[in-house]
Amino acid sequence: MPREAIELTNKLENLSILDQDGNVDEALEPKIADADLRKLYNVMLKTRRLDERCLMMQRQGRIGTYGPCKGQEATPLGFAYAMQAEDWFVPSYRELSAYVWRGWPLGKYLVWWGGNEYGSAVPEGVNDLPICVPIASQCQYAMGIAWASKLRQDDTVCVCFVGDGGTSQGDFHEAMNFATVYNVPLVMVVQNNHWAISLPRSKQTASPTFAQKAIAYGMDAMVIDGNDILSCVTAARESIKKARDGQGPQLIEATTYRIMMHTTADDPKKYRSEEEVAPWLKKDPLIRFETYLRNKKLLDDKIQKLMEEEIKKEIDEAIVFYENYKHDPYEFFEHMYQEMTPELAAQLAELKAYREGPAPEVSASNGNPQVSHA
Amino acid sequence: MAELTMVQALNLAMREAMAEDPNVLVMGEDVGKDGGVFRVTDGLQEEFGPDRCIDTPLAEAAIAGTAIGLTFRGFKPLIEFQFDGFSFQAFHHVEGHVRRFRNRTRGRYTCPMVIRMPYGGGIRALEHHSEAPEATYAHLAGLKVVLPSGPRNARALLRSAILSPDPVVFFEPKALYRAFREEVPDEPETLPIGKGQVARAGKDVTLISYAATLRATLDAAEELADEHDIDAEVLDLLSVSPIDEDLINESVRKTGRVVVVHEAPRHCGVGAEVVARIVEKSLLYLEAPIRRVTGYDTIIPFFANEKTWLPDAGKVVQATVETVNF
Repeated sequence: MPREAIELTNKLENLSILDQDGNVDEALEPKIADADLRKLYNVMLKTRRLDERCLMMQRQGRIGTYGPCKGQEATPLGFAYAMQAEDWFVPSYRELSAYVWRGWPLGKYLVWWGGNEYGSAVPEGVNDLPICVPIASQCQYAMGIAWASKLRQDDTVCVCFVGDGGTSQGDFHEAMNFATVYNVPLVMVVQNNHWAISLPRSKQTASPTFAQKAIAYGMDAMVIDGNDILSCVTAARESIKKARDGQGPQLIEATTYRIMMHTTADDPKKYRSEEEVAPWLKKDPLIRFETYLRNKKLLDDKIQKLMEEEIKKEIDEAIVFYENYKHDPYEFFEHMYQEMTPELAAQLAELKAYREGPAPEVSASNGNPQVSHA
Repeated sequence: MAELTMVQALNLAMREAMAEDPNVLVMGEDVGKDGGVFRVTDGLQEEFGPDRCIDTPLAEAAIAGTAIGLTFRGFKPLIEFQFDGFSFQAFHHVEGHVRRFRNRTRGRYTCPMVIRMPYGGGIRALEHHSEAPEATYAHLAGLKVVLPSGPRNARALLRSAILSPDPVVFFEPKALYRAFREEVPDEPETLPIGKGQVARAGKDVTLISYAATLRATLDAAEELADEHDIDAEVLDLLSVSPIDEDLINESVRKTGRVVVVHEAPRHCGVGAEVVARIVEKSLLYLEAPIRRVTGYDTIIPFFANEKTWLPDAGKVVQATVETVNF
């Protein structure tokens, strides 16, 4: 009848490869083709520029409330890069760089923030889910998607994103519990950006890491520098491979920082100091990636200028698409059920009559429409 | 034809669907080995295996939430909440995603699933085991809400729910699970979701009910005929979303008098919706104020007092006599 320590069998690791000054740990440096490195940088830059334009458009009243992702581009991008096209991507709402990598039209993103469901009508053939608003609820359907991969034995992996705040929700824990019980190919990525609107990380959990929560469920976990694209790619490759090989779900905690406000509806000055933000500006994922590429001679002023011009053109086109997007004022009736119910048809007719006058009546005698003058 | 209880009829509907379509899954707490606490899923795991009839960890939100992901991949989950009162543990998934994904993604992702749960009071159960939350779910656009009243329509409606391209909340009146047997045909049959039925034809007054209180209402109709010379028509709504407005108004226009009966509390209950539909379409046909015989606007009492609380034939008879004599 001993009293002794219980060995925990799951691993918890920390990983950092490229520091904020662009120094790289060559022993850990992942092999990424030069063309891919350039493309990754291009998408990171495009994400940054689109995000900045969105913020500006919100200030101009051209889109609604906006939730910026500045400073958080590296983690979603690293995972999107390591995923196969047919893998499933389940975002929270600050994973723009993954959408861009996976080929979503930029205009669609604008339409979402512009308040139309078309923005979450996922393009056909893309195994992605739309932005999820209720925090951490996406973890549960991500788990279901991964479960389906196992039941169908189709070799696909599901990568799900959640924030530090989301780890306080039951959904996060229930999904991880189900995921290990059924041993499904799920990779859960916690983007710890240190703030859930106004609540700091220190008040979100008493755990030293978010990653260690995985240990309780029998899952391996890793903390990575989420602003370091090389750590992100490495962790993504490893965790996705493990999940695909049947080694069960994986949890990655990516340390990052929310440089901007939660959304344009709040002012961070109210709840955090400039002194806290300042060091994180130096840890910007884009700056260190640029340094890394310049050191490798994969980027110079000329290439950078060309990229900026192309990106600006693409974003300009997306804005034109968004601003010309034709809203159908009746579409919200169309997608409640596969077939519209008689009640909804009647309500649609009621709204149309209000907006456009009485509907043309069909004459019983000849079937020709007759405009009512009542 | 076989004489089946509602439990057996529901089991048959699931068995048929699982045999026909490998994408049909049954998921829930204790649904596999144990066959469900009411034995509705009895034998399904034995017949179809633990990957088709799945005993899940004890987490309603995860049952509903993971089922959403399974629907995206072409599965048709039939999820079971062990009791009506526990469905609220998963409410944010049903409200937040199940009913919304079709609209949110313009039809790119849909969540066709059946959310089954034992419904209502009358079996002397614990707190949270006797709830009647149909109005709560009926208020959520994007869901269909079905309540059978007997073995035959339960089997047919469950089949319709399983075949439905839309998510269906399927309430199984637990007071009727083993209350009586009914002839159920050998061949599978369906009933259109959103259509009610005339359960008893009559001319003097329209009694509108569904689920377990339909039985009390039918008993009341017999008593009204025998002892009060009142010939009541009884409607069984079967579905409260959509609701069969045409059936209701057709009957009301004939009788001019209405009593609505359900066990859920009165305030903002389905009865209120029924009354609104009648007032909107048939106001001038009414001969008397409409009456509602329902659960009271309290929490259903612990079981020592539940019979006092629940509608019964006596309450229906009294309200109907007053309506007819108005």
